[in-house]
Formats: sequence, structure tokens, C-alpha cells
Amino acid sequence: MAHFTRGFTGRPRRGGNDRLPPGQYDTGESWPTLTAELTPTIDVDEWTMAVDGLVDTPTTWDWRGIHALPPSSYFGDIHCVTTWSKFDTTFSGVSVDALLDVAGVKPEATHVFATSTTGYTTNLPLADVTGGKAWIVWDFDGKPLPPEHGGPVRLLVPHLYFWKSAKWITRLELRDHDEPGFWERNGYHDRGDPWLEQRYQGDA
Amino acid sequence: MSDLTQETTSAVASSWTTGTVREVEHLGENFVKLRLEVADRHDHVPGQHYVVRLRAPDGYTAQRSYSIASDPADPLVELMVECLPRGEVSGFLHDVVEVGDELEVRGPIGRWFVWGGTTPSLCVAGGSGVVPFVSMMRYARRTGTEHLLRVVASAQTRQKLPYVEELEEFGAFIALTRENQPLPDGSERVAAHIYPDELVPLAEGVERAYVCGSVGFVSFVGRSLGEAGVRSDTVRVEQFGPTG
Ligand SMILES: Cc1cc2nc3c(=O)[nH]c(=O)nc-3n(C[C@H](O)[C@H](O)[C@H](O)COP(=O)(O)OP(=O)(O)OC[C@H]3O[C@@H](n4cnc5c(N)ncnc54)[C@H](O)[C@@H]3O)c2cc1C
Repeated sequence: MAHFTRGFTGRPRRGGNDRLPPGQYDTGESWPTLTAELTPTIDVDEWTMAVDGLVDTPTTWDWRGIHALPPSSYFGDIHCVTTWSKFDTTFSGVSVDALLDVAGVKPEATHVFATSTTGYTTNLPLADVTGGKAWIVWDFDGKPLPPEHGGPVRLLVPHLYFWKSAKWITRLELRDHDEPGFWERNGYHDRGDPWLEQRYQGDA
Repeated sequence: MSDLTQETTSAVASSWTTGTVREVEHLGENFVKLRLEVADRHDHVPGQHYVVRLRAPDGYTAQRSYSIASDPADPLVELMVECLPRGEVSGFLHDVVEVGDELEVRGPIGRWFVWGGTTPSLCVAGGSGVVPFVSMMRYARRTGTEHLLRVVASAQTRQKLPYVEELEEFGAFIALTRENQPLPDGSERVAAHIYPDELVPLAEGVERAYVCGSVGFVSFVGRSLGEAGVRSDTVRVEQFGPTG
């Protein structure tokens, strides 16, 4: 379907913004929210984060414990499958590598399955959350992450569409196989690379 | 989110196809109803949406999601689009699109915010958030399952509630926030948001709640449903509208 839409020119834009993946637009200052469920109220005094499954030492951190790990920040862009991208965001927390270092990943682990307090799940190849590519974050732009954006703590995997960055994260389970999570079962792509436009099942 | 059972196994249409605009109807200043003939169409389940992609001569594209309003048995796919100020896609669909135009579409998409006609459910909509529920209502009427579906719709004024007559006919509870409403018993509902008290009788016996509207609306209704005794893990959410 190569022909264009009659009468559509689009919003004025600067040519060739190479930070915008195909089909995305710059949402500017705003930060849309998109969730499938109600925003939970989470008390940080009761919050915990577990790493288990195919690890040497299944480990659970509480709020204080996770803050005692070496801090790590992400500065850069984020991309949502609903077509907005947000440039120059700053998130702070810890690198997922730091958690996996403590727990010790078994050689047979190939995937992680992230779970939130609400039961939301999402699946990721291990390689997509290691090597400085993923974080557990609690600050956005120097302030506590708001609940509607996953606060107090969410997963951040900025090189994939944002549904992979599970809000209200509470557990990462290491597995030796892949299994679709919530949106993946409900029609979204298994991996979700914005540069390859892997939005829905059936995309390359 | 304890109930992850799928109500549908329908495959997501994996490729783009053509939606030929067969009917265009402007409703008030803000809404346009588009009825499309979709090539290679896949059946939808009420609650699903299509993605519409616009393509400029220089190759630039913009795509947005729009819920399906029509019953699956309708030969055309009906979308209802609210024109947002400075909205790139909604503005185009509102101001430029004419009968005979061809749009790139993909769908149906989404298997979570869907109603398969078997679960007693409460639907709560804000403004254009009624669209997926219109599909559910139409489906319920055709299949004789109206008793399983209760609908609540909220808007500032009657004018700003698409499908208001159809909602009334279905027996939906309508809450206007900027207009008093005459009630059948001769009294008047004073302009206000939905009260938890109003939700309690409607929530009785339902096993699931669907909430669709802006971010602010969804969080307000979420709290009200909680006060009305609805468990948060039975609530499915779809958010329209710009920010949050
Ligand atoms: C699953 C799903 C189903 C949906 N179903 C429907 C539906 O049935 N009906 C419906 O009407 N919508 C629906 N939506 C919303 C729809 O997808 C679009 O988000 C909506 O039409 C707005 O798109 P737009 O391109 O017109 O606006 P955009 O151009 O994306 O703008 C969004 C908002 O930002 C503001 N804005 C944009 N640019 C600027 C700027 N430069 N300065 C200031 N403000 C700016 C606009 O005023 C607008 O309010 C649905 C969304 C989802 C996710």
C-alpha cells in the first residue's frame, strides 16, 4: 500500500529526526499513561523486589536494601507502542545487572519473566536486560516516580517498547525458556523493538 | 489481574489493509462517525480496536488507535472519533476525510479489554470512552445478553456524549457533570460526577468492570468502584485522551 492518504500532509516537522523510530511522534513535555488496570497503592515499607528462578541465590530486597546497591541512571529516550516517544528522560535506580550479580545467574537461564504487584507480566530475553540495558527505577527527573507511571518502582528497558518496562515491578524470574506475558498474550509482539516496529504479533 | 483467561482466540490481523470510507457523519462540533468497508476483514470481539495510519506524500506516517463501535455482524466497521484541538490524526479524520477515501487500517487488535457476552459486567465510560461499550451493547442486543451488561456513561453535557440516545435506549445510567438532568420520576439529577452510591446497585452481582476514558476519569472511577465494593483485580482499563 504505497500510495498516500488523500489530503494528509501531517504536522509540520523537521526532516530526518534520527531519534524517532518509524511510526513514532515526539510527545514533547507530556508523558501519556497507558495501563490495563487500576493504579495500585503501594506502601514502600511493604514493598519488596525478588530475583529468583534460575539463579544461585534467590534474593529479595526491601526498599532500604535496594537503595543500598550502587546507584545507576538512564538518560535518553523512551518509546511507547501507542506511537509516542519521549526524548531526554532521566530515570534513577539500580541497574538490573547489579541485582543479577548478587543473585548469580545460572548458565542455563535465557529469559526473564517480570511480574508486578498487580499480576501484570512481561517476558524478555536475558540479553535485553543485561549489559547495562535495563534498570529498576524509582526516580524520574530527580523526583519519586509517580504511581500512574509505575511508582514506587518500575522496570526500565528503554530500548524496547515501553510495555516491557513493567510498572510496579516486584519480581524477576529467570527461566530457560520464553513464555509470553500479559500484553504478549493479548496480541502484542514478543520482543517489541521500536526500531524494527515490532508492535503486534505477526510483525517481523 | 487474576483472571487472565482469554475470551477470544481470534488472531490479530498481522498486516495492513484498506478501509474504504462508506459513510461520514459529523455529530455536533466534536465528533465524526466513520463507517468503513474493510478489505480482508477479520471478525472482532466487542472492545477491540483498529489502528488507522495516515501517510503523507513525503512518506511521513501517523497512526492512532480507534475502538470499534459496531457489532461484529455489521457489514461495516464503525469508528467514532473525537476531534482534539491540534490533534494530528483526529483533526484529519474530522475535517478532511470524505466518503470514498481509502485509509490504511490494521485490526482488530487487543484481547484484554473485550467482552465475549458471557460475564456479567459493568462498563463505565467517560466521554468518547463509550465507543467500545457501544459495540458491546449492540452485540448484547443482537445475542439477547443485555441482562449481563450494565453501562454507565459520564460526560459534561448531553451534547458531549456520543451515542447518547442509544445509551438511553439501552437503559444506561448517564451522569452529566455540567448539566442537570430530568429523571423519569419527575425529579432531577443535579450536575455531578458519578457517586459511589450510584454505582453500588449497578455493581451488584457483576464479575467484571470495564472503565474507559481519560486518565483522570479512570482514576476517579477506580476509586469510586472501590468504594462501591468492586475488587480492583476485576477491573479492566482502557485509557483514551492525551496525557497523565
Ligand atoms: C486502545 C485505544 C482506543 C482508542 N479509541 C478511541 C476512540 O474510539 N475514539 C477517539 O476519539 N479516540 C480514541 N483513542 C485515542 C486516539 O488513539 C488518539 O489518541 C486521539 O484521536 C488523538 O490523536 P490525535 O492524532 O488527533 O492527537 P495528537 O496529535 O496525538 O495530540 C494529542 C493531544 O496532544 C495535544 N497536542 C498535540 N500536539 C501539540 C502541540 N504541539 N502543542 C500543544 N498540544 C499539542 C493535542 O491537542 C491533543 O490533545 C483511543 C486510544 C487507544 C489507545
